[in-house]
Amino acid sequence: MIDSRLIKGVWLAGAFLLSGAPAYAVSAEAILADRPPKLLSEFGFFAEMKAQEPAAGVVPFSINTPLFSDKALKFRFVHVPEGEAARFVADEAFEFPVGSALIKTFAFPADFRESDRDVRLIETRVLLRHEDGWQAWAYVWNEKQTEAELKIAGARVAIETVDESGEPFSIAYSVPNKNQCKGCHALGDEIVPLGPKARNLNGDFAYLDGSRNQLEYWVEHGMLAGAPPLTETVAVPDWRDETADLDARARAWLDVNCAHCHRREGPASNSGLFLTWGEEDRRALGIMKRPVAAGKGSGDREFDIKPGDPDGSILIYRVDSTEPGIMMPELGRTLADPEAVALLREWISTLSQ
Amino acid sequence: MAHSPGLWQAGSFRRAAASLAALVVFTGIAGAAEHRVEPGEGANERLIEALILAEPGDTVTIAAGRYELTDGLSLDVDEVTVRGEGTDRTVLSFKGQTGAGEGLLVTSDKVVLADFAVEDTKGDGIKSKGSDQITFRNLRVEWTRGPHEENGAYGVYPVSSKNVLIDGVTVRGAADAGIYVGQSEDIVVRNSVAEYNVAGIEIENSYRADVYGNRAAHNTGGILVFDLPDLPVQGGHDIRVFDNEIVDNDTPNFAPKGNIVAIVPKGMGVMVMANRNVHVFNNRFDGNGTAHVLIAAYPNEYDDDSYMFVPRGVYIHGNEYGEGGFEPDGEVGKIITDVIGEPVPDIVWDGVTRIPEYFSWVSAENRIYIEEDEGTSFANLKMISQMLLPWGWWPSTDIAAHAGSLPEPAPVQLPQDGGA
Repeated sequence: MIDSRLIKGVWLAGAFLLSGAPAYAVSAEAILADRPPKLLSEFGFFAEMKAQEPAAGVVPFSINTPLFSDKALKFRFVHVPEGEAARFVADEAFEFPVGSALIKTFAFPADFRESDRDVRLIETRVLLRHEDGWQAWAYVWNEKQTEAELKIAGARVAIETVDESGEPFSIAYSVPNKNQCKGCHALGDEIVPLGPKARNLNGDFAYLDGSRNQLEYWVEHGMLAGAPPLTETVAVPDWRDETADLDARARAWLDVNCAHCHRREGPASNSGLFLTWGEEDRRALGIMKRPVAAGKGSGDREFDIKPGDPDGSILIYRVDSTEPGIMMPELGRTLADPEAVALLREWISTLSQ
Repeated sequence: MAHSPGLWQAGSFRRAAASLAALVVFTGIAGAAEHRVEPGEGANERLIEALILAEPGDTVTIAAGRYELTDGLSLDVDEVTVRGEGTDRTVLSFKGQTGAGEGLLVTSDKVVLADFAVEDTKGDGIKSKGSDQITFRNLRVEWTRGPHEENGAYGVYPVSSKNVLIDGVTVRGAADAGIYVGQSEDIVVRNSVAEYNVAGIEIENSYRADVYGNRAAHNTGGILVFDLPDLPVQGGHDIRVFDNEIVDNDTPNFAPKGNIVAIVPKGMGVMVMANRNVHVFNNRFDGNGTAHVLIAAYPNEYDDDSYMFVPRGVYIHGNEYGEGGFEPDGEVGKIITDVIGEPVPDIVWDGVTRIPEYFSWVSAENRIYIEEDEGTSFANLKMISQMLLPWGWWPSTDIAAHAGSLPEPAPVQLPQDGGA
């Protein structure tokens, strides 16, 4: 793998010198087309599709605390048109210039005990920055892993693999349809990116030429403008980092897994439950808040969060559930994440009235 | 599982056709296309796709037949009509649903949903969020096993919406409210039937609603007008409930605990909780075992300075009352009968006012007014006196103390219904 990458890198550099342009140029035309291309390859995001090796002008990134998506592995990339930069925004996703793309591939390993071997690519989601806003589309990979095809109506894909403890792991993985994309990515009437916020990107990434803070790297490579010094930039912790503050870990998890809907401008605005990282109103955060439209999602419990009492908290009931109509988030998972449930239980048990 | 090239091309072709037609001035119908979805193989995906690829002005027709759907549907395109071929002929069954919080979610404006049925969704039936000019016409939403606490919460569920028309729908079996309008403005609910739900029709934290010509029967409670704290929209006001048949609401409460409707006793006709300027008139009440009309304050603790927990300005008049109050149910029934005994009067007010008002007066526009035929029974439970003067208070049955009236709000006018 490493060898072939090196070879390809050299070859790429050679091609670049010869032609004066990258051999695998990203297609601005495909990104900005009225109707999305039918095949993922038409964008030119990857030098090597199957290996998820980005083309020139496409930069991989990660976020500190990711959304749980049925344990899927995720490979994230960003493309900002050459000579342009995203504008730094303190608390929201950066403002990307027209022609930018955010690319995320979801994949499962044949065996979670060796999660970097025999990885099967399932879908690649793209967010494309058009003049009139973001467009969201999903491409589903073929069996041979040579190409991914546009799926407007979404899809269910059977996943059969083996989990960390060697047990069989099988799910009907859900590829979202266009409206479901908006189910999470809607802010007011607009589609917005969720991951690339300063607080999520403020962490290190192992680039091919060494590990660097992502925000610094983006600034240095001209992809990001207007960023304040790192010392003035908030970072959410990795929720699994047991050395980090418990409150910050729980709030980071809620921010990423819930707050895309549960915020004042989001699809769940009518619930009055707001779980954004910066939310300071304890009642809005769910503490001793009664539900409004929970139905059977209440689990016969009276409050979203009852301090000191995880078993009396609706939030735990719904995060722990896998039943449609009860489970939260509503989209993007068919499984519960027991580790996250444990973290939230611990957090609620330490809260005071 | 491949996407349908037919629809795809139809869309592109139509746009080309539309731009051609644009050369001809005033050809109003040029852009409108009809997409017809038939039952059978891949119907779920074809429906999802048709709703995504529809363009403003289009109609998506769901042909008669039974559709066994596994995923929720959603519509996010303005000015689309989704039409079935009758509520008994076009049936969308979500019995096998494995995802989504509702059967059909609408997030766009100027949408008409008509002539189909939605059955057995895992969560809510048909929801609109943030829609302007949303019409639900001649629909049926039903949980076919009947009342069950694991049924979805709401049948027809517009929320945070404007200009809402609900006309001729039937909802059965919702574990919260059959027809629920929340945090919305300018609402008409008419000619509809709500049966065997916990709440038949509920108007909550909403502004300007006309609820008329409906039948609310065999629910736990018939029609609820509520205002709740800790929500982005509160201070519900200007609600008219008239010409409805609110009878035999006799289904035991099956709402999961924690939901506000879980407090509603079996046999409630109309319940007004908090809210301002609510008019209840010309309705027919019969067979409601707890009480035909209950006017009450929000019963739970809250911590929200902007919330008004007592009803302000309620006018009850010209209703017809049959037998009622013969089987008071639950905690609320007990609170009432502990004070007033049985049978419970036709109209009950908990008598809760704010403490400063208790010691002075309640201004005219905030009072409770009742003008009913002679023989209509009434009780003011004087719950505030009960709390402040536990040694010397008694309830009042003096209906004449509430003589008077309030100016009626203007009828709700909806742009999609010939209004402004």
